[in-house]
Amino acid sequence: MPTEINLWPLLGVAVIIAGFVLRFNPMLVVIVTAIVTAFAAHFPVEKILATIGTGFIKTRNLPLIILLPLAVIGLLERHGLRQHAQRWISSIKSATSGRLLIVYLGARQLTAAVGLTSLGGHPQMVRPLLAPMAEGAAEARFGALPDKVRHKLRAYAAATDNVGLFFGEDIFVAFGAIVLMTTFLREAGIDIEPIQVALWGIPTAVCAFVIHAWRLRRLDGWLARELAGATPVAPAASTANPAVKGA
Amino acid sequence: MTLTITHLYYLVGAILAVTAVMTLTDRQHAKRYSSAFFWGLYSLVFLVGDRLPPVWVGVGVVVMALIAAFGGVGIGHHVPRTVEQYAASAKRLGNKLFIPALAIPVVTMIGTLSASHLVIGGTPLLDPKNTTLVSLGIGCIVALALACKMTNETPVQGIRESRRLTDALGWALVLPQMLGMLGLVFSDAGVGKAVAHITTSYINMDVRFFAVVVYVVGMALFTVIMGNGFAAFPVMTGGVGIPVLVGMYHGNPAVMAAVGMLSGYCGTLLTPMAANFNIVPAALLELPDKNAVIRAQVPTALALLTCNVFILYFLMFR
Repeated sequence: MPTEINLWPLLGVAVIIAGFVLRFNPMLVVIVTAIVTAFAAHFPVEKILATIGTGFIKTRNLPLIILLPLAVIGLLERHGLRQHAQRWISSIKSATSGRLLIVYLGARQLTAAVGLTSLGGHPQMVRPLLAPMAEGAAEARFGALPDKVRHKLRAYAAATDNVGLFFGEDIFVAFGAIVLMTTFLREAGIDIEPIQVALWGIPTAVCAFVIHAWRLRRLDGWLARELAGATPVAPAASTANPAVKGA
Repeated sequence: MTLTITHLYYLVGAILAVTAVMTLTDRQHAKRYSSAFFWGLYSLVFLVGDRLPPVWVGVGVVVMALIAAFGGVGIGHHVPRTVEQYAASAKRLGNKLFIPALAIPVVTMIGTLSASHLVIGGTPLLDPKNTTLVSLGIGCIVALALACKMTNETPVQGIRESRRLTDALGWALVLPQMLGMLGLVFSDAGVGKAVAHITTSYINMDVRFFAVVVYVVGMALFTVIMGNGFAAFPVMTGGVGIPVLVGMYHGNPAVMAAVGMLSGYCGTLLTPMAANFNIVPAALLELPDKNAVIRAQVPTALALLTCNVFILYFLMFR
């Protein structure tokens, strides 16, 4: 550790927090933060621009996963994929939005835990299939949905994909995070096997499933209350066991 | 020949270049010049980015950010189909519609799992460093071929649909990369070191439970700032985890690492900085509130973070 630590770059952290809290355009917030941070670290103008440019080139892989599936998904949407997904799920009588998402949560965690992290994702799974199905299951029970409900279901579908992925993948030994952790600890003089780190991820993964599944069950209750009177079905009480077993 | 991630960059660059040209020729587009310029600049990053001097790329990034920040990226003209047309083709194609959609993950998975066996004369077919992404690229091409055959559409229509969704995403599509860049600027400027310095110099770690809370909550907070658990882990583990939890209190380092990283992931659920997981899906699902996905995740993340404190406290010091 060097004796003198420059604390000025923390200004960047303040800028980004203020920017997001005050709801400025995120692109503006990010670029201003980058410039302020580099400036606070005493970078000359040319180096600031070069650092931004190099960083942007190094992270080119990030948008691939969003951009590449768009043509296929768009084409299938043009031919009624979302409508079909909704109709398909509404033909399953026991399906509720909450139960569907619980099953997906369990499947996403288990597949991620064996390394199949690419079996989900927002562009290729949530937008074309999961979100329309969650909406379709609710529509089948309660009829047409107000926008507020529709948006909430979509947000929960995206959230479920995230929770399932994050708290599944860390149990997979070959995953990047495990490699990063063991490498970092080894450099600090602590030798542990990757499998140990992976196994100690399980308690948190189980908690993640229980917590999020419980919230998804409450989502069914919320739907029933919000759309009360629309149908005779009262899902809240009957969801408990089948839902948990289904996952 | 090895199929590498560079080929995917060319592919994406070409798609974006076509998007830019389509935007430029879209006479009903209110902001066609600035939007086309934005997508054109972005396509250059993929097509020639690594051959340009970094300073120029930096200038391009600043220009892109300014175009986006001042509302220069707009939505073009797209002809929607009628409700009857959707229903009719949904009925005609039925479950077949699922096949191309599911082909993307399935091909990606097969490619990822079999990559180490696909070696011809000592040359791997798929880039060993990026097997998943390269397999995803192949999966998307296979799926596009299947979808075109099934629906009797041309690949050009596929690109038009791609542009429709790109327009819907707008600058949110570029945000993950902007934030990734910012993370690198942060680390070059020594933000991590400064945070570690503050955490370790001003917080009292004499109570064991308190030290655990600092580590778990610190991982989450630092991830909220950096948008990425990977960036927070070395800082918090080097600053608190190893010297205090392992060094002072002799905790089990495997538990510390595992629970620490997963506490960072709780932070990922909470932050707009993790744009790929939180902001992009909100745009992709056409939600009016860009923070709707984060809102849906807050209770899960906070409850899980509390669990992590106790998991770490009880399992680490057995």
